[in-house]
Order: sequence, then structure tokens, then C-alpha cells
Amino acid sequence: MKISVDRDRCCAAGTCVTLAPDVFDQGDDDGIVVLLRENPGDEWHDAVRTAEQVCPASAIRSLA
Amino acid sequence: MTSIADTPPAFPMTRAQGCPFDPPPAARALQDETPLARVRLADGSTPWLVTRYAEQRALLADPRISSDAGNPGYPSGVQRMRSGSPISFILMDDPEHARLRRMITGAFTIKRVAAMRPTVQRIVDDLIDTMLAGPKPVDLVDAFALPVPSLVICALLGVPYADHEFFQANSTVMIRRDAEPEERAAGHRALIGYLDNLMGEKLARPADDLLSGLAQRVTAGELTRSDAAQMGVLLLLAGHETTANMIALGTLALLEHPDQLALLRDKDDPALVASSVEELLRYLNITHNGRRRVALADIEIAGETIRAGEGVIMANDIGNRDVTQFADPDRLDLTRDARHHVAFGFGVHQCLGQPLARMELQVVYSTLYRRMPTLRLAADLADIPFKHDGSVYGVYELPVTW
Repeated sequence: MKISVDRDRCCAAGTCVTLAPDVFDQGDDDGIVVLLRENPGDEWHDAVRTAEQVCPASAIRSLA
Repeated sequence: MTSIADTPPAFPMTRAQGCPFDPPPAARALQDETPLARVRLADGSTPWLVTRYAEQRALLADPRISSDAGNPGYPSGVQRMRSGSPISFILMDDPEHARLRRMITGAFTIKRVAAMRPTVQRIVDDLIDTMLAGPKPVDLVDAFALPVPSLVICALLGVPYADHEFFQANSTVMIRRDAEPEERAAGHRALIGYLDNLMGEKLARPADDLLSGLAQRVTAGELTRSDAAQMGVLLLLAGHETTANMIALGTLALLEHPDQLALLRDKDDPALVASSVEELLRYLNITHNGRRRVALADIEIAGETIRAGEGVIMANDIGNRDVTQFADPDRLDLTRDARHHVAFGFGVHQCLGQPLARMELQVVYSTLYRRMPTLRLAADLADIPFKHDGSVYGVYELPVTW
């Protein structure tokens, strides 16, 4: 899996961090998404797909 | 003579007697019939009501859909206030919306909110101690549901809690659906004056709180003092009214569903607590007036064309009961995966305080019923006063005993 995030679109809702804290983080000043792992292991794939689905700003893209 | 079919139905609609947790039956009927329907607001305008989940999400994420309340087609349904918008950047579009929003989102990151959890737990425990030591029955709204989020948002913003009667009274007027425009404007002016005064104090003596952070932005020229006061009003209002209603109405819903309450009370399972919060958000829909928007361009959706300039209302309450998204949608099921609900909205305007709201509700729902295992209503359900007239739904009072 390869992930990309769009920091301009991100609205800092933080749902991705709750779902996959090893993959996503937030900037301390503005809460904007920080991608920790571009190619996370299999154990994170379901959580990343859910994060992609619930992201309100559609700022997460994953390629299987 | 005009037939009923020629006249769009009035919106908001009325809930059925005896079904305080369910959306209005007329809205559900409309949802069964069509994904998009015209409705009539109090001012006579006839915007679109978007009834189904998929279309609601698609439109809320569509950049051709605007939150700009200054647009003449915006479906506010009430006479516009002269004093300007009461709720600041939530009624603006990007890029200005994003610029202002990002000034405060840093205070609501998952990490910051997690760091506040012990404080919230202490607040919740202290209020329960007080209730247990005091007389009963007690009004849970007054003794618990309102103080929890008010104490939390006051600490976060740097607002003295001693002023809570003042700001709660004015907040209530501002979100009462049937308040006269003049009454609502007066409530807004009072809060703006209060926050502006506080902003002056934070400019003079900055502390470690969110309002002081905004004061720094004012000093740096990134924000006007009046915009900073507006933001303060938004955060104070949104920070306590919404969560308070979720606590009281959520408790009532659980008391009316004892099998579900037992799950939450008898199992010490953080995952169940988290899913319970999502399910109660989905099921209760305290923001029951819909998400209001206006189209900036012609939009083809579900076989209809929304014309540029037309108002659009996403009825999130019935979206969260859409059977294509949630099996058996009218059943409260704390074990279901409801995370994709639209109770916080969707798109770039989605609630910025949601991590804080979730954490507060997780602490409350995992503590209150365990520490008060015999908690029960001290009145008939039929006598509970519901906020049918509020732009945020809930109960005015909840007499309980144990």
C-alpha cells in the first residue's frame, strides 16, 4: 500500500490519527496531517482505508 | 386553489409524539420518496432538502457548494442580523475559512485532547461526588450535563467559569429556533462584548490558554480583535451547548434502552465506549436543523439540477438513519460501527472540536452509569421538556434519582 496526503485540503479533524496512529500524525501548531509512513505494513491497511473513507476533506489517498 | 402537492412542505418538520429520539416522520417519508425535495422555510424561500446519506456527503464535500451566509440564496430561513454573522468562519468559504480555522485547530489535536483527559475525568468524578452527596432527585442537566463541557471549554479558552450563568443564558437565546431576530442579536452582542473584554485582558496579561493564543495573533496583525472575539464566542457556544445536550439526551436514550445501558455499565471496554459515542451521535442527531449551504454553480445530482444561487439543506438527522448506510437504522446498537456518520457534518467544515467532544463523551459514558448504577428517571418520559425549538436538540431538564 502507498499513501499520499494533501495538506492543503486537510481540515485537521484528526480522525486518521485516531484510526491509525502509527501512520498519521498532526502538526502541533495547526493540527494538519503529517504522514509518518508512506508504505505501512499489512496490519494498518484496513485502518488506513477507513481513515480514507471518513476523512471529511478527502485528503487521504491510498493505492493498494 | 393550491393543492398540497404544489406547496413544498414546511421545514424544519415536527417529530412524532412519543418518539423523541426519532427524526420527524414527514422527513423520513420524503427520504423514502426522493433524494432531493423542495421545502419551505419560515421566510417563504424554497431551498432543496437533501434527504439521503450519499448525496449529503457528496454535496458537503463539493467545492461548488458554499457556506457563505452572505450569499442571497443561503437558506437561513430567518431575517438576517444586522450585527453580522454570529458564528464567524463557519459561515465562510476557503481560503479565508481555512486560514482562520487553522489558527485554532492546533488546540484540538488528538494529542492535546488526550492530554486533557485526566482533567476531564477529575471534573466528571467531582460532579458525580457532589450529586451522590446531595439531595435527590436532581436535574442532571443542571448538576452534570452542562457543567462538564462548560468547565472544560472555560479551562481550554481561559474563560472564568464564574461567568457561566451569564454566557449560558445568552447562548441559549442565540440557539433558540423561535427567538426573535432582535432577541438573538442582543444575546450575540452581549457575548461579543464579553469576549472582547476578555480579549483585552489576554492582550495585557497573556496566559497559557486558547484566547491568549488568539490575542497573540491580534498583536501579530494576523487577526482583528473583533474576529478574535467572534471566534471566542463560537468556541464557547459550540464547546458547551452541543456536548451538554449529548450528555443529557444520551443518558435519557440509554435509560430508555436498558439493555444497551447494561452493556456500557457492566463491561470495562474502551472500544465499546468509543463505539457507543459514535452510535449515540448517529442515533440522536442533536444538530437537527440540517447543514445549510448555497450552490455556486449548477450541480447535477440524483437526476435533479441544483441551480447556481439555490439554497441546499443537508438533513443529517435522516442521513444518519439512511437504511442504505446503516442496517436497521432506527435501532440503537452500541456495538455497531457507526464511525462514518455525518453527525459532525462532512467536508472541510466538519466540526473542529470533534476530538474534544468524543473524549468528553467517552469519559462521561464510561463513568456516570458505573458510578451511579441505579440511575433512573424521576419523571415520566412524557413530562420531559424536549428542545423542539432549539437549533441544537436535547432536553431542558432531566430529573433523575438513584
